[in-house]
Amino acid sequence: MSAPPPIRRRSAGEWARANLFGSRLDTALTVLFTLLLAWVAYRLGRFVLVDARWEIVERNITNLLVGSFPRDQLSRLWAALFVLAAALGFGAGAFGAQRRREVAEGRAEALPRGGIRRLVPLFLLVAVLLWFSGTLEPALLVLGAFGVGYGFNLLGQRTPRRLERYVPLVVLAGVLAAFLVVAAFGGVGWNLWGGFLLTVFLAVAAILLSFPFGVLLALGRRSSLPAVRAVCVAYIELFRGVPLITILFMAFFMIGFFLPEGVDAPSLVTRAIIGFTLFTAAYVAEVVRGGLQSVPAVQVEAAQALGLSPFKTTTRIVLPQALRAVIPGLVGQFISLYKDTSLVFIIGLTELLAVAQNVTKQPDFLAQGLYVETLVFASFVYWTGSYWMSRESQRLERRLGLGER
Amino acid sequence: MTAATASTTRRPPFWRNVRVLRVAFQAVFVVAVAGFLLFLLDNVVYNLERRGFPTGLDSFDYLKQPAGFAIPDSDFRSTQSLGDALLVGVQNTIKVALLGIVLATVLGVLIGVARLSTNWLVRKAAAVYVETFRNIPVLVIILFWYLGVMIRLPPIREAVEALDLVAVSNRGIVIPWFDQVGGGAAFGVVALVALAAAAGVWVWRTRRFDRTGEPHRRGLWAGAVLLAVLAVGFVATGRPWTLDTPEVGELSTSGGFRLAPEYAALLIALSLYTASHIAEIVRGSILAVPRGQAEAAGALGLSGFQRMRFVVLPQAFRISVPPISNQYLNLVKNSSLGVAISYYEATKVTQVSIAQSAPAVQAIALLMAIYLAFSLTIAAVTNLVNRRLTLRGRA
Repeated sequence: MSAPPPIRRRSAGEWARANLFGSRLDTALTVLFTLLLAWVAYRLGRFVLVDARWEIVERNITNLLVGSFPRDQLSRLWAALFVLAAALGFGAGAFGAQRRREVAEGRAEALPRGGIRRLVPLFLLVAVLLWFSGTLEPALLVLGAFGVGYGFNLLGQRTPRRLERYVPLVVLAGVLAAFLVVAAFGGVGWNLWGGFLLTVFLAVAAILLSFPFGVLLALGRRSSLPAVRAVCVAYIELFRGVPLITILFMAFFMIGFFLPEGVDAPSLVTRAIIGFTLFTAAYVAEVVRGGLQSVPAVQVEAAQALGLSPFKTTTRIVLPQALRAVIPGLVGQFISLYKDTSLVFIIGLTELLAVAQNVTKQPDFLAQGLYVETLVFASFVYWTGSYWMSRESQRLERRLGLGER
Repeated sequence: MTAATASTTRRPPFWRNVRVLRVAFQAVFVVAVAGFLLFLLDNVVYNLERRGFPTGLDSFDYLKQPAGFAIPDSDFRSTQSLGDALLVGVQNTIKVALLGIVLATVLGVLIGVARLSTNWLVRKAAAVYVETFRNIPVLVIILFWYLGVMIRLPPIREAVEALDLVAVSNRGIVIPWFDQVGGGAAFGVVALVALAAAAGVWVWRTRRFDRTGEPHRRGLWAGAVLLAVLAVGFVATGRPWTLDTPEVGELSTSGGFRLAPEYAALLIALSLYTASHIAEIVRGSILAVPRGQAEAAGALGLSGFQRMRFVVLPQAFRISVPPISNQYLNLVKNSSLGVAISYYEATKVTQVSIAQSAPAVQAIALLMAIYLAFSLTIAAVTNLVNRRLTLRGRA
């Protein structure tokens, strides 16, 4: 191994000359952009700190987060948050330990550790939400949830090696348990969920439901049977060729027409989930197809040479390798889904964006044009989640060494 | 070898013969899918008839009914048919999509190049732009521009005017436009002649360059010829166009070309959002050109601009065509979100039609068919461009 090239530290002056005042054009651009950015920062800062009337968000913070969720059942949500924190903390711990061992054994390349900085967008979101809530109780509960998450993180790091393969299952079970804590045992069905809770629920439910469907579609599209291929291609291209809103319209206006007599049409939230699932499955199928194509043909040939049946070849040889490669793509799909849930506002569901619109019609705030305040708040919530996930997905991509093959 | 194996192995029984199994499985699959679709269709027909909607060949008769609603900012009257309303909607979709594509491309390319600037400040500003707009739902951006900007502009009495050319108020943005005062056909002929002359000059300069190797400057030449012929023709045909500037009245503006608030908000939001995606594609495509190309160009003595213009960008362009056309497709599809701010494009018209007792099944199926047609058109154009751009493999 050769030594890395020597690094010469540059002084601030040298850096500025190279990066800001390299040429006359650069100098002009620097001056222009300094003025522009200063103006934008001034306007934004002035709005956020001085002009904005944040009391509309402050007074409605619970509405924005959970919509019309029954207030006497809120403790269930907190319990679910603790369960989620435990499951995700455990998963992150186990995953991190596995990763460190791979690096130590030289099977994977070490990445610069982001450490706590990676969680900054999330901390920012939680901090802002807590600030708007204005009371101490939520802050303590959130701290508790973080504590539980950290505890289970430590526990996850001690997962014995032979149990490691069950970690994803445990995490999934945790997510399901969190759902049951809220909805089951005399709890609140999802028809009463709203706000940010509904946003997240729609995105998670749709990605989980569309995943198996998408994998089947992708396999069908790569099938050697022409009839199967044709049907799958038709489905994928049809659903990718039309806007999401038309599919949601279909799920809302048309579902009653599709059902035989005597079957009741499902609730609005269920219809939204059906629409999102049908739509996302087509995109997931394309992501998975990319993964399937990345599996070298010799793998299939080797499996055939060993006498594995086509079914076993697919489930034991091809899919495990393909699905590992598509994780970043699936995260990307989840991010678009997370943003696209805002569309259900058009059909009258009260997720985050809808609540942000509706609260401006409250008697205290009516006709005062407080749209900007609530929209900025909604944008901030969407932005932090989406930005954080896209960062993590990029990291995952580097970790899996994709794009370097 | 195949012949040898075939002669030595026995024919398997038909239930283990792969060929038979393949056909049988496909037959079962097709029957199952067709059966499911027929089941749905049967239910739809039954439910439609139960609610008194015509089915079969008359399914789309509803398009001939009078609409019963007017479309703002168009000549459409409520006595015209639902079919005409849908046509106006499709036109509005095209109006916002075409201009949006142009604006998003220009902005996206600028920002994509800015992300690779040698200037730290420019680079970071572009990065902040991209990360901001990519991570906010496009619907939120549309609502922001409509509710947060457009309808908060000053009322028409206090309209802001710039140099008497642009008038901005909450009734829309009015920009100067050309007004035809006569002789349009003659000028059209002149325009065709001008184009032909410019093309001729272009070809001549190119051939001369191929022969002599002197700089061709064909863009400059062709542009100058085009402008000269147009200018002469404009005067010769008696100045058929004048510039029409906006006049602000008591209750409305007259003259110029008015961008309705809904249209302006949708257009700006879609352009800004799509530009952030295009910028990332442009950046990625430029980075995907091997660095040796730019270094070799530098070694040949090309300047920074020449390196970009003649070596890097042409290769980056080829890489970026498929993903950028995908973004154009997304822009067309996202234009359906105009429904949230009552911009009457195809989706909004369909929504209102359903509220006005059009049958939901047919109306939505037609809407999906329209978007599918848009998608297929863009895909076809992309394939055409792509085929011309792909590198032929070396023989």
